[in-house]
Amino acid sequence: MVKELERAGLPVVHVCTVTPISLTVGANRIVPAIAIPHPLGNPALDKDEEKKLRRKLVEKALRALQTEVDGQKVFED
Amino acid sequence: MAKIKVVHYINQFFAGIGGEEKADTPAELHKGEVIGPGTAFAAGFGDEAEIVATIVCGDSYFNENIDAAKAEILGWVKDLAPDLFIAGPAFNAGRYGVACGTIAAAVQEELGIKSMTGMYVENPGADMYKDKTYIIQTKDSAAGMRDAVKKMTAFALKYAKGEKIGASCEDNYMNQGVRVNFFEKERGSKRAVDMLIAKLNDKPFTTEYPMPDFDRVEPNPAVKDMAHATIALVTSGGIVPKGNPDHIESSSASKFGEYSLAGVTDLDADTFETAHGGYDPVYANEDADRVLPVDIMRDLEKEGVIGKLHEKYYATVGNGTAVASAKKYGAEIGKRLVADGVDAVILTST
Repeated sequence: MVKELERAGLPVVHVCTVTPISLTVGANRIVPAIAIPHPLGNPALDKDEEKKLRRKLVEKALRALQTEVDGQKVFED
Repeated sequence: MAKIKVVHYINQFFAGIGGEEKADTPAELHKGEVIGPGTAFAAGFGDEAEIVATIVCGDSYFNENIDAAKAEILGWVKDLAPDLFIAGPAFNAGRYGVACGTIAAAVQEELGIKSMTGMYVENPGADMYKDKTYIIQTKDSAAGMRDAVKKMTAFALKYAKGEKIGASCEDNYMNQGVRVNFFEKERGSKRAVDMLIAKLNDKPFTTEYPMPDFDRVEPNPAVKDMAHATIALVTSGGIVPKGNPDHIESSSASKFGEYSLAGVTDLDADTFETAHGGYDPVYANEDADRVLPVDIMRDLEKEGVIGKLHEKYYATVGNGTAVASAKKYGAEIGKRLVADGVDAVILTST
């Protein structure tokens, strides 16, 4: 899906936990997530802390979308 | 000749520990135990080989702690010093396939112990590891267990005994990209004409020189003006309005859904849930923002960080879904997003 969206002309950021799969599939902008069943959350945190964590990840995803890349890039931090 | 010593790796599901709710089970070593599909292997091995230990590990645990899980399992395998390491078969289970491929490749590379696994050709673990360990091609679900065990057993005995392994099409493993010189029975000109005639008659033929499949898409330029950009959310994590109105299947999804986010500022347990059958749904059902971050996108929209969150989101279930289907959904979603004037996409996967 990520590749077809890119092919349609849209910059895409793939937020996912198992980044090696994303690299194999061919995503270009990749942001590592927290865990498979809750990529953008952590049920062990309280609600506010969890939201802060999610916001950081979404902001990182937006940064990735605003970054020029010339191939595949995993945005580690 | 002494019996061939085999160590077998399986996930929590095939070990009978549990499904997705147990996918975070850490690695366990069961010395002297034959578990799950190991029983079928043992029957196939007869007197020639025996499973001396079974290693069980939860799929999420392995994939979320790859380095630690790998190191622990390699330590056990090193001490057991088997003649052969078998992982799986994983069929089309993505995380299981990646775990099988990772650990089989590591056993071979780091310990110099022969290794093999089995999975469906579209399992992401296949492309990642088919040139690093022998991967026997299986069907896409555990309904193909009997066939998988038969092929894997035959290969295992041949390989462990040091017999010559034939071409990938002869011994049922995935092509490793290794070329071997040999003499064909027919000369090249005759083979080429035979293929051409078959092609003209719409009959099947096998090319002798398949073109490499470099399906890469160039990245699009970055978003220049985020404060005025429309961003869409797309997910393969199966987030749907409560009740799953389009009945998207929990695995091998036959469709994707398009859903309105008009007036939605936060996903909660009363209005949204996941249809995905390939991960523990508890956390997403409690708060679907954990997969599809609508709450944060609304905050960022209000603060002017992004121009707008696109009023529709798209979801499917990426669990054993055929690559051809995913491609089709992606292309159609892309067309709709472009037509709606969307500037960029955040795609989340579980």
